[in-house]
Amino acid sequence: MSVDAATVKRIGRLARIRIEDSEVAAYQDELNAMLGFVEQLTSINVDGVEPMTSVTPMTLRRRDDVVTDGGYPEKIVANAPLSEDNFFMVPKVIE
Amino acid sequence: MTDLTKLSLADARKGLNDKSFTSTELTGAYLSAIEQANPSLNAYVAVTGEQALDMAKASDAKLAAGQGGALEGIPLGIKDLFATKGVHTQAASHILDGFKPEYESTVTANLWRDGAVMLGKLNMDEFAMGSSNETSYYGPVISPFRAEGSNANLVPGGSSGGSAAAVSAWLCAAATATDTGGSIRQPAAFTGTVGIKPTYGRCSRWGTVAFASSLDQAGPIARTVEDAALMMTSMSGFDPKDSTSVDLAVPDFAAAVERGVKGLTIGVPREYRMDGMPAEIEKLWQQGLDWLRAEGATVKDISLPHTKYALPAYYIVAPAEASSNLARYDGVKFGLRVSGKDITDMYELTRAAGFGREVKRRIMIGTYVLSAGYFDAYYVKAQKVRTLIKKDFEDAFHAGVDAILTPATPSAAFGIGDEDMASDPVKMYLNDVFTVTVNMAGLPGIAVPAGKDGQGLPLGLQLIGKPFDEETLFAAARVIEKSANLDFSPKRWW
Repeated sequence: MSVDAATVKRIGRLARIRIEDSEVAAYQDELNAMLGFVEQLTSINVDGVEPMTSVTPMTLRRRDDVVTDGGYPEKIVANAPLSEDNFFMVPKVIE
Repeated sequence: MTDLTKLSLADARKGLNDKSFTSTELTGAYLSAIEQANPSLNAYVAVTGEQALDMAKASDAKLAAGQGGALEGIPLGIKDLFATKGVHTQAASHILDGFKPEYESTVTANLWRDGAVMLGKLNMDEFAMGSSNETSYYGPVISPFRAEGSNANLVPGGSSGGSAAAVSAWLCAAATATDTGGSIRQPAAFTGTVGIKPTYGRCSRWGTVAFASSLDQAGPIARTVEDAALMMTSMSGFDPKDSTSVDLAVPDFAAAVERGVKGLTIGVPREYRMDGMPAEIEKLWQQGLDWLRAEGATVKDISLPHTKYALPAYYIVAPAEASSNLARYDGVKFGLRVSGKDITDMYELTRAAGFGREVKRRIMIGTYVLSAGYFDAYYVKAQKVRTLIKKDFEDAFHAGVDAILTPATPSAAFGIGDEDMASDPVKMYLNDVFTVTVNMAGLPGIAVPAGKDGQGLPLGLQLIGKPFDEETLFAAARVIEKSANLDFSPKRWW
């Protein structure tokens, strides 16, 4: 499998990273080099093998469904580039 | 007075406890060393001098009252990946500009609980993606090591390059680091230091900037095996805030260091004997086996047949998880924002400007392998391969192997701006060929300095252990350290 210029643009869009036209060719080469490298995996038979979902054999812990944290909105927005009255500010989304 | 910065962590601890010197003196000595060396080495991205001296003063009071913790008054460097309350935490990235967390990571909180002192934040590859510390927004870290008769700057390895360089150049008593594919063990090997990636789940990941969540694990880099064990004991422990943290008692790792290897079976995986491996690496490996044999271990040839698939599978799993984890950097909640004509434009411009090239490349590949139609062919397949890699190790351990000895890296440190590596990302990725299997299987692995190459540069060996059996790794690494009996301090040029 190899990616073309349009795919590079599409992936950039999905990843929310602006890819300028002048950058497309370099990304295309690099992505194809990486995909070429992982291509080796096609030669391995994984029929009947379970994908690894947990690194250590453990069942995910559960805790009581109660609020254990929070109540400090000013700390949550303290690092925001733009905030007002403890809200994150973003460009207008709905017309 | 002796140079306090050159003491091992264990000796500094003794000196503080028997009041030969104070933590204020020890911390002051490190701060002066940093001030002098950092313009040349670029190991620290932020120095917290005032805070360090306050912490040292508090430690001195505790030590005077006989109430010191396990690391009371010991000055440490912290990788920029760990959230430290009110202090620079940017994963060496532009996109986290100005980020000062309102909270403390569990690993660093554990260290402060035990009395350690923070000197500052250490440089690293951006978001821990790299093997040379050249992808940092703050510029590369320069290794304290140089080849004999050469003035060329070398890389300290990565991603924990700042940690490795600072420990080796006496700019902290020990450092925290993290390892997703080899980021503790490869820089440790390049700088003649000891680095251990514990079993997945041993150290809490809470408050550590995430790269690939199923692979990331924190661990220490230190100047001796004993120092690494002392650090590990404090860093480890169950944390309800990390759902993959394991609820298991933390052993006194330092107590295992002198246990020896008598009666242990050491596995030698034939698949790690790679084509084109330098003769000096092969020789070092044999030497390591001889040392372990001489101390009573049995050496056994083993096979880990899926080894060669580990690196390609890693370059699916790690970027996929990274593309998901790094989605949070959007110019809204923290760090950099580049304004655009609408919100999507703002996201795209912020991320284009904020991430470096290597990070963008990995997010792109991760996004691609997770995109509609490719998920099963790439991610699910890679996770199946992971099951097979893990089974290889399980089979070896079931057959009576206690630990596995391999080279830590395929070569000694290379130059800054190495053209071969720069022109082909895959070549850089091959640095992790011996270490990445361990992350894929969630096992513990330690890198210990064992020899030098023809140019006097450090070379390391790696020991891989059973899940949660770091104690055996410390014991075996100590045998190698003792048998090698070499001075791995860099010749000072900075």
